[in-house]
Amino acid sequence: MSSYENTPPHDTEDGATRRDFLYLTAGGFAAIGAASFAWPFIDSMNPAADTLAMSTTEADLSKIEEGSAITVIWQGKPVFIRHRTADEIKAATDVDVSTLRDPETDGKRAQKPQWLVMIGICTHLGCIPLGQKKTEPKGEFGGWFCPCHGSEYDSAGRIRKGPAPKNLVVPKYTFLTDTTIRIG
Amino acid sequence: MSAGPREPFENPVIEWFDSRLPIFTMMQKEYGVFPTPKNFNYFWSFGGIAMTMLILMIVTGIFLAMNYTPQENMAFDSVEHIMRDVNYGWMLRYLHMNGASFFFIAVYTHIFRGMYYGSYKKPRELLWILGVIIFLLMMATAFMGYTLPWSQMGGWAATVITNLFSAIPFVGDSIVTLLLGGFAVGNPTLNRFFALHYLLPFVIVGIVFVHVWALHVTGSNNPLGIDVKGPQDTLAFSPYYTAKDMFGLAVFMLAYIAVTFFAPNMLAHPDHYIQYNALQTPAHIVPEWYFLPFYAMLRGITFGFNLYILAGIGIIGAALWPVYTKGKALKDPLLGMTIIPAVTDFGQYSKKFFTMLAIAGVVFMLGYFSQTMGLPLPFSKWVLLDSKLGGVIAMFGSIAILFVMPWLDSHPVRSARFRPQFKVAVLAMTASVAILGYIGAQTADAMLFGVIQWVYIGQILTGYYFAFFVIILPWLSVTEKASPMPNSINEAVLQENARKAGAR
Ligand code: HEM
Ligand code: FES
Repeated sequence: MSSYENTPPHDTEDGATRRDFLYLTAGGFAAIGAASFAWPFIDSMNPAADTLAMSTTEADLSKIEEGSAITVIWQGKPVFIRHRTADEIKAATDVDVSTLRDPETDGKRAQKPQWLVMIGICTHLGCIPLGQKKTEPKGEFGGWFCPCHGSEYDSAGRIRKGPAPKNLVVPKYTFLTDTTIRIG
Repeated sequence: MSAGPREPFENPVIEWFDSRLPIFTMMQKEYGVFPTPKNFNYFWSFGGIAMTMLILMIVTGIFLAMNYTPQENMAFDSVEHIMRDVNYGWMLRYLHMNGASFFFIAVYTHIFRGMYYGSYKKPRELLWILGVIIFLLMMATAFMGYTLPWSQMGGWAATVITNLFSAIPFVGDSIVTLLLGGFAVGNPTLNRFFALHYLLPFVIVGIVFVHVWALHVTGSNNPLGIDVKGPQDTLAFSPYYTAKDMFGLAVFMLAYIAVTFFAPNMLAHPDHYIQYNALQTPAHIVPEWYFLPFYAMLRGITFGFNLYILAGIGIIGAALWPVYTKGKALKDPLLGMTIIPAVTDFGQYSKKFFTMLAIAGVVFMLGYFSQTMGLPLPFSKWVLLDSKLGGVIAMFGSIAILFVMPWLDSHPVRSARFRPQFKVAVLAMTASVAILGYIGAQTADAMLFGVIQWVYIGQILTGYYFAFFVIILPWLSVTEKASPMPNSINEAVLQENARKAGAR
């Protein structure tokens, strides 16, 4: 016993001992172990399989009159589908794209100019902008107005004023027929 | 936790117990004879008041939980069931709901006391830091509790607050999904918020325990901010302060009970009584009053941080560097070359300091106007920190900065009573926070007297809040002359008594 305690550590040239190495490797493995053990706990908080189940939603556009809009739900999120008027389309295409906060042409945002399909969640902090109903405020740029902190979107759903950094997101969607789309 | 040498108790039962587990000795030492400065005012009652509120929240919460259902289709109805059908359910809920508000009133007063009388300074830095941790945990707890009734206000508050994390570059959106357990606030969110809302108060109890432990190592500060020098400066905690605290508590409770029973919804919002609808944001969402100042700071950052603004902040930092390093940097060759050439003594430095501060102000304002009013400046569109992330950093930074307050203010005198300049600065900071609270409750585009948008006033006050901590405190630490101080607590108390007797 005492001879063990008296054994001097095996010094290397730079003063590191064998014990230092053991501490480091043991500590390193303990850290890896702790992280691997923590991961299942953290990941259990992520969306469960049924929430994730990559659902798609189909929407019938034939009932939407020109100048009005509907909201459908996709993955728990509202999707705005707007049948735009010629004026709205013109207003959206007339904008000089380089002046925008998040520059995007109208053509990139709408597969067919009269149909605008976007996720209706403000890119600031997640509120749902007003402007779907005729009676709701649409903001200065004739699109959507977010009641939470006053972000204003234009008739192509692009951010024009207020704190939101990005345009309303356009989800993946395909036209199945001329008047039905599948989102997702 | 050993109580050291023990005095035997007369009562044989207590003695039997105490000789095996010295709880009675500990209580006697920490809350009975504990020497306490004899000049406390009523600001010193708020620690005990906050503790009482914490216990009350836990008791009412546990009984509410017995009748509450954390499920998206049932939560709202279960709260209505508590309000209408459960015996005294209305009372439990209103005590809990208003209890949160009064808990915050107590804690804000407690924090103000700590700032005004310099309780955060050496040797109580750790005590202060533990307090800030308690404050953060309280905010998290209250925020999650507010979503439990599954109301429009609560659900949308949860949306907005969790979305704050989406401002973090690259991983932000994944973090929001992780927090919500879905792509929007829904059942998984409600379920976990309930689990955490139940847990966190007990974590707070744990931290309060070490907070009080640290207090009993350093002893209490006092309104004069001078150290206790001997027994003549103190009184036994009991009965003197148990009695004084009890009176303070009674007055506070009277206010709390009056609001709870006569105006239980004074601090609530009508939208809190409408069930959560994931497709309809209420027209005017407002957080609970105790979050309003921070909310106003979040909304106040309407501009991105471009190179000019960052340069302005950088110049302020450079100008203050000698102060931060307690004068060492005055001789720093690098700094001497680039920023404040030929500065060798403090008098010279302070002149340069104000020049640099003015330059920084101009550069900052150029950046600000180029961002908000479109002032055309070269490179002004290069934003390193967009307004959303900037707002989130301002909001969390305003609390995080409290952690380092003991090091930002290194002035040797604690109490604002003997620091005339600090006194003005700290009161102005408190007023700024109060006005920011008012601004936070207004709509985003509200006007003051129809002349100026409130948001601009909010920006100025937010600027002052940060300037108080990063510029004024360090600057006053090296420049402010304290007014004459009494030699001891005892002397000051005797003088005060003599003055009062003379006036009579
Ligand atoms: C730090 C202490 C606590 C704070 C600050 C706090 C805060 C809150 C707040 C602000 C609400 C929303 C009240 C409303 O608007 O209706 C709430 C609700 C609730 N809390 Fe707490 N709470 C605390 C401790 C607890 C504990 C320990 C429990 C349970 C063990 C609990 C259980 C509940 C339940 C079941 C609700 C939903 C029912 C209701 O809305 O009244 N709370 N809490
Ligand atoms: S969430 Fe839309 S402006 Fe803030």
